[in-house]
Amino acid sequence: MTSLVETAERTRAGLGESVRRPDGDPKAKGEFEFSSDLGWEGMLWGHLLRSPHPSARITSIDLAPALAVPGVVAVLGAEDVPGRPTYGLDYPDQPVFASEVVRYVGEPIAAVAADHPLTARRAAEAIVVTYEVTQPLVDTVLAADAPPIHRLGNVLMHQDVVHGDPDATGAVTVEGYYETGMQDQAFMGPESALAVPAPDGGVDLYLATQWLHVDQDQIAACLALPPDKVRLHLAGVGGAFGAREDMSMQVQLSLLALRTGRPVKIVYSREESFLGHVHRHPARMWYRHSADEHGNLVKVEARIILDGGAYHSSSTAVTLNAACFAAGPYRVPNAVIEATAVRTNNPPCGAMRGFGAVQVCFAYEAQMDKLAAALRMDPVAIRLRNALRTGDRLLTGQVLAGTAPVAEVIQACAGAPLPAGGPDDVPDIALPGGAGRTAERSRVRRGVGFAVGFKNLMYSAGFDDYATARCRLEEGRVTVTSPAVEVGQGLVTLQQQIARDVFGVDEVHLGEATTSGIGSAGSTSASRQTWMTGGAVQGACEAVADRLLSSVAQRLELPRARFEISGGRVRTLDGSVDLSLADAAHGRVFEETVVYRHPPTDELDEKGQGNAHVSFAFAAHRAVVDVDLDLGLVRVAEMTTAQDVGRVLNPLQVVGQIEGGTSQGVGFAVMEEIVLDKGIVRNPSFTDYIIPTALDSPPVHIAGLIEQPEPGSPHGAKGVGEPPSISSTPAVVAAIRDATGLDLSRVPVRPQDIALALAVLDKERP
Amino acid sequence: MTTVKPERLDYVLKVNGREHHVHDADLAENLLFVLRERIGLMGSKNACEQGECGSCSVLVDGGLECSCTMLAASAVGREIVTVEGMTPRDGGLSDVQEAFVAEGAVQCGFCTPGLVVSVTDLLARRPDATELEVREAISGNLCRCTGYGRILAAVRAVQEERAALAEQVGL
Repeated sequence: MTSLVETAERTRAGLGESVRRPDGDPKAKGEFEFSSDLGWEGMLWGHLLRSPHPSARITSIDLAPALAVPGVVAVLGAEDVPGRPTYGLDYPDQPVFASEVVRYVGEPIAAVAADHPLTARRAAEAIVVTYEVTQPLVDTVLAADAPPIHRLGNVLMHQDVVHGDPDATGAVTVEGYYETGMQDQAFMGPESALAVPAPDGGVDLYLATQWLHVDQDQIAACLALPPDKVRLHLAGVGGAFGAREDMSMQVQLSLLALRTGRPVKIVYSREESFLGHVHRHPARMWYRHSADEHGNLVKVEARIILDGGAYHSSSTAVTLNAACFAAGPYRVPNAVIEATAVRTNNPPCGAMRGFGAVQVCFAYEAQMDKLAAALRMDPVAIRLRNALRTGDRLLTGQVLAGTAPVAEVIQACAGAPLPAGGPDDVPDIALPGGAGRTAERSRVRRGVGFAVGFKNLMYSAGFDDYATARCRLEEGRVTVTSPAVEVGQGLVTLQQQIARDVFGVDEVHLGEATTSGIGSAGSTSASRQTWMTGGAVQGACEAVADRLLSSVAQRLELPRARFEISGGRVRTLDGSVDLSLADAAHGRVFEETVVYRHPPTDELDEKGQGNAHVSFAFAAHRAVVDVDLDLGLVRVAEMTTAQDVGRVLNPLQVVGQIEGGTSQGVGFAVMEEIVLDKGIVRNPSFTDYIIPTALDSPPVHIAGLIEQPEPGSPHGAKGVGEPPSISSTPAVVAAIRDATGLDLSRVPVRPQDIALALAVLDKERP
Repeated sequence: MTTVKPERLDYVLKVNGREHHVHDADLAENLLFVLRERIGLMGSKNACEQGECGSCSVLVDGGLECSCTMLAASAVGREIVTVEGMTPRDGGLSDVQEAFVAEGAVQCGFCTPGLVVSVTDLLARRPDATELEVREAISGNLCRCTGYGRILAAVRAVQEERAALAEQVGL
């Protein structure tokens, strides 16, 4: 990307360096203010009453007993919502408070504000709700034809993709049925926010979220307030991974603040958090792959059903993604794909890192291994043979115009050396079963598995995706302001790095992330912010620099082309003029706000054809696992990965995303699942929803960061957050299959899936 | 339904070497709640309030505890150290804190205070802990962002720096 502004020397702490994050010190000291750390004089505590039933009619609600509890200031329900009674990302189908019917366990029915959090909880328990319990709809195959559980119907989204010749056949065909369970984002910082009523009749919300402006729009509609009276200010976010894209208690909290006339804070318990945010869509997938005798893919057919749960959330785009990426990063001349998201009385599902691409990757990579076995081909060789390249046509008919180093990530990953030794060489605590010391070494088998995956970057299918950022230069001080949400990924560091490269200054100040006075930066999701907010910040900084140089040139009556910014100073190329930024500005303040848009995308037609995506990112994983054949316990000993990153803007932060995403993929492979029993969540706690600890999480060897700058990306970089969570899960399961000889068509793989299957088969692998 | 009036208490807690008088507190309040909401030490975090995640880690009489699982009143008469007590008074960072930031072990940061406490405690007791021993010692601190890779690198960095310093001083 050609810059408007010439910067001579290489900037210190600019792009490409492992620059220290600006919020690291306060976080390490415990001084960084998360949304759950907020406080205000005279603050009340709020708490929500939630449905214990997955499906029921509400026959009566009596709030009076809660109002009678000493210390309670307000109790609110559905009748207290002045504006639109529902909200939602794709469709406003989710009630702020349930009143006639509850559709999932945990659905909010009422809210209490009191002088102590324990009082608020006790008062909520005093509310009397009578239910007529009804049979929950939880079968996703039957859901589409079952009686509707919502007036908008039980089909949330359907996407067909028909590519090439639907009747094409190949010499070899393999089929499979695959399932992925319900994964939870399980971020550490619980849902929490503080609402402060304002003298203008509006409200200021201090909160953790993924997208300030989309929350603002929904809240304003429910409160019947104009958006400029609903002001959102970003507080510290303790991780997100998709779970904060939908609102949690923003509306209910605002209502409590406006009713009481006092600041009110809500903090979820961990159990509430498990119930109170969307989860990853469970998937049921029927697949048929056919290939010629050389292993070239001929056709992929897939039927995918996603469990959307009780409300729509972002099921539209998740379904579209599942369909578009259903065959994987391969050249597929013919395909018939159908993907449907259905409404059930299970907990609502929505965005989680990988967003539809994760589920299908598990299926298509299992299929590729089956094809390889049927053809007696090496699993890596069959993938290389079919790997996408720039210029290939995707299932949607779109030509892959950007970089596509699929073969490179496969080769880098597969070519990395395997760990020396095996399970016999590790200490007891590093065997499956760990500190429990349950393994008998002779019964531990090592397996190796491989997978490659991909997905889109940014939003798709005609969505107007943009990011706003502002740069201000005042008395030599550079300030970048963006409402883009920092969730831990290091976006704040990147903003400073970009500004440093433009101005050559050491210090870059960051303004507040708020809806007030600045437009949207879009969501922190879809691996989009490095590209989108990176582009907006670059544009805003360059605009200020350009106007500064023009101003100096005009004042000194010299040609503009002679000037550059270098090392935090304004200079002419011959050195005759050399001014500090402050002196160059000559008392003037320069401020520019830029809206950055990516090239427009098309909607998909009824056959799923169209240029729906901007860019794609690819990654491969290789897993080494040790399996206890008797107990079915698995230890993931090592993960190796290679990823298509475009350009590394901050190496340490890229490594952080890859290691963190890989760990989440490992968790989904062997331990993470929201266990549902007819709509009831059986494990809403860290005791029973198990995420990888430091003992479970394997070392991650990064065998390759493939840097092929992406044309059109502001800095050549691709987003890196999601790819690590896509191919990691299928690689682990492939390794378990290698160790056990079992089919294993469902994730997470549980000990009983291995131990009981082997016991039944009485199989032993030499 | 009758509402039982909660019992209210006054007591003194010794935190980071200072005495804090807690007034009119509900008996059911755990130590984490009192540290944060009554004493104003917000560094210890609440990610589960169940003793599962370690984000509330403190030292009580030198032993690593989940402050969410202790009734605050039961901490009376004991020496409590929080992450604030492990932070130097001069505005800088401890070597553990510095390593966490420099090595990229801090992403969202919610687990960080609990890990600073755990790691500070571990390295004081077992300065030569192997990687596997470190993993076991911090297995009670859940992190969702990092996959623990950079956290282990931070611990290694502190160990190496302390060993080098000890050598210099001739220990």
